[in-house]
Amino acid sequence: MDPEIMYIDLEKGTHKIDRRGDLSSYLGGVALATELLKENCLIEEDPLVNNQPVIFTKGPLNTIFPVVTKVCSMFTSPLTGELGESYGGMRLAMAMALAGLDGIVIKGRRGAPCILHIDDKGVRFLDAKSLWGLDTDETTRLLHDQEGKRGLRSIMVIGDGGEKGVKFANVTIDSYRHFGRLGLGCLLGSKNIKAIIVEGARGREVDNLKEYKRVYKEIAKRVIDTDVMEKYHGIGTSINIKALNEMGGLPTFNFQKSQFNRCSRITGEYFAKKHLIKKLACSGCPIGCIHIAIRRKKFGEPHEYHSTAVAYDHELIYSLGSMLGIARGEEVLELIEAVEKKGLDAITSGVLMAWITEAYQRGLLDAKMLLTTPAFGKKEGYLKIIENIVIQPNEFYKRAAEGTHSLTSHYGGQDYGMVLAKNEVAGYHTGYGNLLGQAVGARHSHLDNGGYSIDQEINSLDSKEIVKKLIQEEIERNLLNSLVICLFARKVYDFDTIKNALNSIGIKISKEELHEIGLRTFLEKMILKERMGFSYKDITFPKRFFETEALFKALDEENAYEILNEYIEEIHRIKLSRISPLD
Amino acid sequence: MEETRPQKILQIKNLAQCIGCYSCMIACSTLVHRDFSLLKSAIRVKASGGYQGRVVIDICRGCQDGQCVEACPTNALTSRDGGGVLFHQDKCNGCKKCIDACLISAIAYDKDHKRAIPCLQCGLCVESCPHQVIKMEVR
Repeated sequence: MDPEIMYIDLEKGTHKIDRRGDLSSYLGGVALATELLKENCLIEEDPLVNNQPVIFTKGPLNTIFPVVTKVCSMFTSPLTGELGESYGGMRLAMAMALAGLDGIVIKGRRGAPCILHIDDKGVRFLDAKSLWGLDTDETTRLLHDQEGKRGLRSIMVIGDGGEKGVKFANVTIDSYRHFGRLGLGCLLGSKNIKAIIVEGARGREVDNLKEYKRVYKEIAKRVIDTDVMEKYHGIGTSINIKALNEMGGLPTFNFQKSQFNRCSRITGEYFAKKHLIKKLACSGCPIGCIHIAIRRKKFGEPHEYHSTAVAYDHELIYSLGSMLGIARGEEVLELIEAVEKKGLDAITSGVLMAWITEAYQRGLLDAKMLLTTPAFGKKEGYLKIIENIVIQPNEFYKRAAEGTHSLTSHYGGQDYGMVLAKNEVAGYHTGYGNLLGQAVGARHSHLDNGGYSIDQEINSLDSKEIVKKLIQEEIERNLLNSLVICLFARKVYDFDTIKNALNSIGIKISKEELHEIGLRTFLEKMILKERMGFSYKDITFPKRFFETEALFKALDEENAYEILNEYIEEIHRIKLSRISPLD
Repeated sequence: MEETRPQKILQIKNLAQCIGCYSCMIACSTLVHRDFSLLKSAIRVKASGGYQGRVVIDICRGCQDGQCVEACPTNALTSRDGGGVLFHQDKCNGCKKCIDACLISAIAYDKDHKRAIPCLQCGLCVESCPHQVIKMEVR
């Protein structure tokens, strides 16, 4: 199928739709977005110059098969200056299908704050002056109250973090999901886009009902009736907090410890018992992994309360809980709500504030520049820091709004600034797989190659095995991300299942071709990153990783760099093997 | 004389258990209306009062001799035993009078084929629901 791509020019207020037959072999998602990014990004220029593109792509299976719910976004990251890649769920993929679009490329900058209203008829550029300055929740509510296809549209918004140029600002999709990492919200803010609404009325007939029904039922059965995905619906991803803590892999107090001895009131089990009020699902996912908690807060006497609904996950509890030494569930929820409303990435915010706390304790920073006195376990200081990251009242906070790497480059403290390749790390301290995986992964995410999971599978230090598994896993995940299948369903969608699903809707493809899409995308992204200035050779590991035990074992710095070198050699070998005279 | 068993109609049994996964809508639009667009679904899941609100479901409530039947000028909709309607697709002229007549907006419209999409009380959506939210039952 030829992907339909909408190109939006913000400057001119125009758009066009191209049917890109030449890109049909890229399926969709990250494979398609990588090509679009290659065509449109300005390699040599700053991530925030007007003509840098923002790209969204869906895949051919979205909403048609269970748990194929994501949209891929690619851009040049304002946080790292290199490849920006992020995934978001809720209703966006469904709404893009209804608008008849496989991809959206947005370029330029609007002269004044705007809302993009995208549907199957085109784009409308609506005035957003009345929304500028509002938080993500109120912005979503106001747009949700507008006329439109309720339940069948998607609303993306930025908060004041994105408006004020915080380089790790995110984009909130339909209240509860995000393009969280690497600063897409900053990029939209720089283009004066406050919100994007997607809806439409495009239909598409089912050609082979019998075969589609057969494959759908088979997949749905594995999703619903087996325990392959139970973890995600039951307690949810936050089940990891207790498990990681027990195995000595939960980063605590800025990685000074890998166990939090006061974590009993921030575990998934605790949240389920005390705060969980409902679970929600992205469109087309029968699992429903989105866990919503109620945050109840007293604001006066006698018995004056208000409450809000807050979504929680493992990464948020790690970054705004154990990393900061926050031991009370309700306080974690308060911090989550604070970063969500401002439209800031939770992982980055938490890791950054953990570094600030330690740097303050070590005398690198003072209360005068921080405008507060941060301390592990005390939420008040963190609420102030979150405010100030957005307001940026002084030089310190201007740098803080650029992320931890920018702060450590200026003030020092790199040894305990928990970033890998300029990106703040995720909530695991499990071993070399995790450490290497995030450093070398294309978007420096734990989800690139699941290194944390490899650490739990391999007990001994077999560097060749780690390197092999990291590469294999990342290649396979590039295929899943080209179909934009939620990675929580990665065990359901093996190669045969993917092939059958595609075949049932008329896309004939072999397993070899599927593998090739994964490998090609993996390599293309790497080449693009290198052109953007990334080099594996520049990777450094903060010393803290080697000072604190991971799963009760100390990691060795030399070993880590050796494995990195093996990885670099293996990548070089793969690249060379691709450049044969036959290519 | 043999007594005929009353027919079942679609009913919402456990609204609070709905996670908004749209599996019911996918079943209705693909299996019944042979289209991947969820606009072709006769059952509609949506958020009420914004996303901070609750998930709600609009379905045909299976009226006996409903307003939609009365409003239809071509007899494309006739009353069904047990509640709801029988849809005679070939008679539908796409006038949307049934849609206007339905107080709870439970009839969708197929703009491609220019005809109404009433609930056929087939129960396929029930089979696809992973959380036992809806059920076919005799009223």
